[in-house]
Parts: sequence; C-alpha cells; structure tokens
Amino acid sequence: MNLAQHSNGRPYAKFASKCFALLCGFCTLLSVSVLLLLLWNVFSYGWGSLSWNFLTSWPSRFAEKSGIWSALIGSLYLIGVTAVLSVPVGVGAAIYLEEYAPPSRWRTLVQINIANLAGVPSIVYGILGLGLFVRMMHLNRSVIAGGLTLTLVVLPIVILSAQESLRAVPSTIRQASYALGATRWQTIWHQLLPVALPGIMTGVILSLSRALGEAAPLVAIGAATYVRFTPQNLLTDEFSALPIQIFNWTDQPQKGFHEVAAAGIIVLLVVLISMNALAVLLRQRFSKKVKW
Amino acid sequence: MPSLATTETLIASSGRKSFRVVFEGFLHLMLLACAVVSIITTVGIVLVLLIESLQFFRDVSVWEFLTGTKWSPLLKPQHFGILPLFCGTFLVAAGSALVAIPIGLGTAIFLSEYASPIVRDIVKPLLEVLAGIPSVVFGYLAVVFVSPIIKSLFASADLFNAANACIVVGFMILPTIVSLSEDVLRSVPRSLREAAYALGATKLDVTIGVVVPAAMSGIMASFLLAIARAVGETMAVTLAAGATPRLTLNPLESIQTMTAYIVQVSQGDTPAGTLEYRTIFAVGLTLFIFTLLLNVIAQWILSRVREKYE
Repeated sequence: MNLAQHSNGRPYAKFASKCFALLCGFCTLLSVSVLLLLLWNVFSYGWGSLSWNFLTSWPSRFAEKSGIWSALIGSLYLIGVTAVLSVPVGVGAAIYLEEYAPPSRWRTLVQINIANLAGVPSIVYGILGLGLFVRMMHLNRSVIAGGLTLTLVVLPIVILSAQESLRAVPSTIRQASYALGATRWQTIWHQLLPVALPGIMTGVILSLSRALGEAAPLVAIGAATYVRFTPQNLLTDEFSALPIQIFNWTDQPQKGFHEVAAAGIIVLLVVLISMNALAVLLRQRFSKKVKW
Repeated sequence: MPSLATTETLIASSGRKSFRVVFEGFLHLMLLACAVVSIITTVGIVLVLLIESLQFFRDVSVWEFLTGTKWSPLLKPQHFGILPLFCGTFLVAAGSALVAIPIGLGTAIFLSEYASPIVRDIVKPLLEVLAGIPSVVFGYLAVVFVSPIIKSLFASADLFNAANACIVVGFMILPTIVSLSEDVLRSVPRSLREAAYALGATKLDVTIGVVVPAAMSGIMASFLLAIARAVGETMAVTLAAGATPRLTLNPLESIQTMTAYIVQVSQGDTPAGTLEYRTIFAVGLTLFIFTLLLNVIAQWILSRVREKYE
C-alpha cells in the first residue's frame, strides 16, 4: 500500500481505488433502497384501504367495497394442501438421496434432475398442471388441482433444503448409532431427523412462502379472479388466492383498485414476513439444544 | 458404510427378523418412491408439452412457427410466428440483465471486499427479503410507480412498455446475482489477494485484476441463472410490458413475452382442444427448452467451480 502511495508512475491509483469503493457502496445502497422504496410505496398507498371490512368482504366491482376474504381463505387452503403433499414427499426424497442411495449414476441423475426442476419457470408448472390435473385427471379448477400444481413448484426447493440439513449432521452420529446395532431407519428416525428438524422446517417454511406468493401457475390452470364464496369442497370448488387477487386489481385501469391492490399486498407481505419470522425463530430455538 | 451392512445382516440372521426387516424394506421403497416423483415430474412436463405441441405442429409447420414474424393466434387472420414473442422475451431479459448485472456485481464486490461484518449482516438479510417478494408485487410497483416516471421522461412511451418490465425484473433478479457472486468472490483464497498487495497493488487493482478474474466462472453462472429467471418471469412482465406481440427492440413500446402470452390465453375462455389452446403448449415448450439450456450451462459451470476450490 505504501509503495503505491509513493510511486509517481500512477498518481491517480489511490484516488481511482477510492472512487471504485464508493461506486460499489452506491450499488449496495441502490439494491437495498429498492426494497425500502417498494415497502414505502405499498404502505403509503394501501394503508388507507386496510380495515377489518377489507379483510372480511368479498371482492366487488366497486373498489371501495372490495375485500380480500375469499382470496385469503383460498390461499390458506392452497398452502394447507401444498404443505400436506410436499413435506412428506420432499423430505422422503431427501432422506432417500442422502441416506439410502449409494453414490451412483442413478443418484447423480436424480440430483441433476432436481437442480434443473428448481430452475423451471413456474408458469411451465402451470401448463403441466393444466394438462395433467385440470384436463387429464378432471380435477377442473379445484383447490386440489391448484395445490398439486404448487406442490410440484416447491418440491425441488423442499428436497434441496432438506438434503442440506441432513448433510450437516456429522457422520460420526450415524456411525455411533449403527455401532450400537440400530437399523438404518432407527438411525434416521431417532438420531438424524430430530437434529436436522429445525433446518428442514426452515426450508419447508421458506418453500411454502414461495408457494404463497406464486400467481403464475395458478393463473395458467385457470384459477378464477372473481370469487364470491369460500371453497367448501376441496375436490370440486373453484378458488381465488391472494396473489391472483392482487394481480387482478393491479390490472384494472382505475386508480381506486390500485389502492385496494396495495392493501392486498400489505396483507400478503404480513403473512409472508410472519412465516419467515417463524422460520428464524425455529432455527434459533432448536439449534441451541444440540451440542456435539 | 460397511457397518451398515453388518448390522442388517446381523438382524437378518438373528431369527426375529420378520417384522423389522419387512418394515425397513417397506420404508426403503416408500422413500425411493418419493425420489421417483421428481423424475416423474420431469417426464410429465416433457410429455404434456410434447403431446399438445405435436398436435399443434400438425396444423402449423415448425418452420412457420420458428420464423414467422407475426403472432396473432387469437385474431383473424391468424398468424403463428413466435419471433415477436421471442423478441419480447429477449428484450426484457437483456434489459433486466443490463440493470441487474452492474448493480448486482457492484453490490457483491462491496459485500465481499469492502463491507464490515456488521454492514454485511444488515444488507444480506435485506436482500433475502427482496428475493422473497412475490413477482406480482413487482408488477404492481411497475404499474403504479415506474410507469408514470417513464411516461413523464419520454412522452412518446406507451403506457405499458418493455422498459417498465426491464427495471422491475432487473431488481427482482438482483438478489440471485448478489448472493451467488458474493459466495464465489469470498471463496477466492486470501493468499491471492495478499500476493497482489505485496506487489504494490491498490485495492482496485486487487479486486479488478485478481479477485474478479479468479471468480469469473462463478460470476458468469450467476448471470446465466439470473437471466434464466428473467426469461421465465411471468406476473411482473404481464402487468408491466403490455400485451402487444411486436418485433421491436425499442424498449418504450408495448410488447408481449412468451410467458405473458400464456397468461393472456389462460385468462380468456379458450376451449380445450382448439388450435388456440394448443399454442400455449408450443410456446411453453419453447420457453422450457430455452430456460433448461441456460440452467444446464450454469449448473455445469458451477459444478466445475466447486471442484476447483474444494
């Protein structure tokens, strides 16, 4: 550093270096400020429309009377179905890949396949859902069809995160368990899963929060945007969901609907942030107990 | 795991094997079935897309589909040239990359080379939150916030235009670039940096001349993954960029992307089995192949990077 200061060959070297540092700092500031701008914009626009009435009313042709009840309930049902389907299958697949499958071509193939599935655009899953669940299986535009589609969207993420938590358990734990005569499943059930659980739960919650915000696959399977009832039968009834409702309101030309959309976004973000907070809490709560 | 085989053989030979062995075998099969679901998903995607697309290509030649310069399947006279949709997708992907790459790389360099641990601990979670914000919210931001600004700057701009979409999608894919690039930048060995400092280099020389080139392949992979996300991005683009399939490179005009077209058809009441209905499968197939290619290349680069530093 000192040499650079005193060398006369490059009088501006130090200055250029400072400028570059500032530039990079500015980029960081810009990235973060977008988030703040977004939040500020949404809250300042939507705060006025947010009320108990808004939460418990049906959508309407009039912006002032519009509410988010059917979308909120629809989203809750969808997340429920997605969680019930994706958690056992995802965690099961992760256990298989980490604990059962020996390193082989077949395992590499499955692994590459999962990594690529994670990168497939969600709208493509929507088209798959449309062709497979809605048409071929005749589930129509039901909550189950939506939940199945969202399950496929989040499954790769659940698998990858669960694999990571399982991999983080030291192999000495496995060896000790086997040495005491435990079978493979006893080792998994009594040793690995309890330790890996906080990590798996965190991954699951993050995946479900992704599912909660997904609109594209649901639009592709033809989810309704104007629903004035809550689904009674998961197999037959149509549904709406928070992101679809927000999309629909934002798509309206009238300013009034944009304010309602902002209020809807606040509801969505509050749900998302509380889910994330839960994930952080779980991670901190349970990770303290384990001491190797 | 040799100990494992021994345990199971022991149990098997101990006489009271029946229940436990059957149970273990049953669980093994169940877990295998879970893993197979991922394979079935891929096969399902490919089959569904291919079957409907093949029927589509019986009525419309592949040549017309790939080289036609007009896209109007929902209006008479019908034209089925995907180039305008392709052009729209390209415009949004390129524009958002133009926004996200400099800002993202700058942020990644700042976080890995300059920021104190405290700043990093504040900025990284914030970027994670940004990554978790649903795409429809970015679409809202484009309509309510970005579009009026662009309209006031360029009077000739359409209300919904590609530039709108580029800006919001750029910030959407930013976290992908930052988190991946930062990882590879930090994994560059400290000794490389110190060797450069010892030769009298400034921090700028070290960063641009040593650290970034060493991490280049990983950075490239992050760009590719981000671009793949921009290509597949749907809701924000649908809301922000308009619905006019048009062969143009002018970002101020209203355009339509492949994803936005799929949404447009899905929202209407196009009956199943018609040619119009099948267009979304043909467009979906194109989109799938395109993003798959980008992802495969990026994964390949990343796997090589991991080998290098492990």
